[in-house]
Amino acid sequence: MSEHIQIKLFANLNRLMPTSPNAFPISPPVTVAQVLLQLKVPLNQAKLIFVNSQRAELSTTLKDGDRLGVFPPVGGG
Amino acid sequence: MVANELTAAIAAHAQPKLFPDSTPYSSLSSEYIHLIALQFKNTAREIEIAALQKDIIPERYTRNMKMLSVQDQIRLLSASATIVGLGGLGGYVTEILARAGVGHLNLIDGDVFEESNLNRQLMSTADTIGTSKADVAAKRVSLINPSIAVHSKCVNLDAHNAPKIIESPDVVVDCLDNIRTRFILERAAKKKNVPLVSAAVAGVSGHITTIFPQDEGLKLVFGDRITADGRGAEAALGNLPSIVNLTAAYESSEVIKILLNRGMLLRNKLQVIDLMDNTFEIFDLK
Repeated sequence: MSEHIQIKLFANLNRLMPTSPNAFPISPPVTVAQVLLQLKVPLNQAKLIFVNSQRAELSTTLKDGDRLGVFPPVGGG
Repeated sequence: MVANELTAAIAAHAQPKLFPDSTPYSSLSSEYIHLIALQFKNTAREIEIAALQKDIIPERYTRNMKMLSVQDQIRLLSASATIVGLGGLGGYVTEILARAGVGHLNLIDGDVFEESNLNRQLMSTADTIGTSKADVAAKRVSLINPSIAVHSKCVNLDAHNAPKIIESPDVVVDCLDNIRTRFILERAAKKKNVPLVSAAVAGVSGHITTIFPQDEGLKLVFGDRITADGRGAEAALGNLPSIVNLTAAYESSEVIKILLNRGMLLRNKLQVIDLMDNTFEIFDLK
């Protein structure tokens, strides 16, 4: 039974979005950092991490059905 | 006595009119507001407030009045906002707050307009390239709504000048273009015990949050101020005008709600937007 998460990468990380962002397969146990490395997202660019709309960390563990959102630093005005 | 004469002058120049839904109201035109202000040696803003206190609506605010009460409009006219950064976000925020009738605007930016601003910065035009952003914004406010008391400061905010130049307004709006200065502004606003509305944009993405003095604030968004970089993804992506305009509208809406003590605020929350896939989501920062 495969497990999947949803992924949303904002701003210049958007180009690293997987081809199926709404059903990205994971093999638990897996952390945010492991998923981001798989997508080639530089970890120092993962400034703001949200799992299911709550602030999370690189070390947060993901499970089936989770929604992961990642923002790089954004400072433009 | 003078107050009675002033009230009488306002009432004498009021005109009965109808809202689009046919409900009646008493209207006072900008022309008479300025004549009465001259006659009684008051500011136009004071005349507008005196009219509203008698349920006479300055015509320029009539389309506010189905959403705002007369007391709300008086509150906005009596309120003050400091807008720091008058580029993309700050230009639109200034425009919206001036039109809404926020009575005192303190506008801060040390830069001049450049040609590369033209794609997104409201106040930049072919004619204003090379001109102080603060001066252009102040002039624009006086053209939109001469009742507003506007102060412009052609200076870039830094740790040394921040407490002085932001003054002591009812709200501060962070429209800056780099992360490091945002922390300086936040510290100054907290020191003055003033709420801060902060937003940032890059590409077609943006985020907005509202920070009260006791809130943790920007470190929840950008991490520790020591490690926060100056520039973010906008250096690589630039900004399309649509996200700038929309994010500024969101900031302005938070400002108006703070001033009116109404509605839901984005405290400890981050409104995130991505216009490419129409993502609109509120994230919990705590």
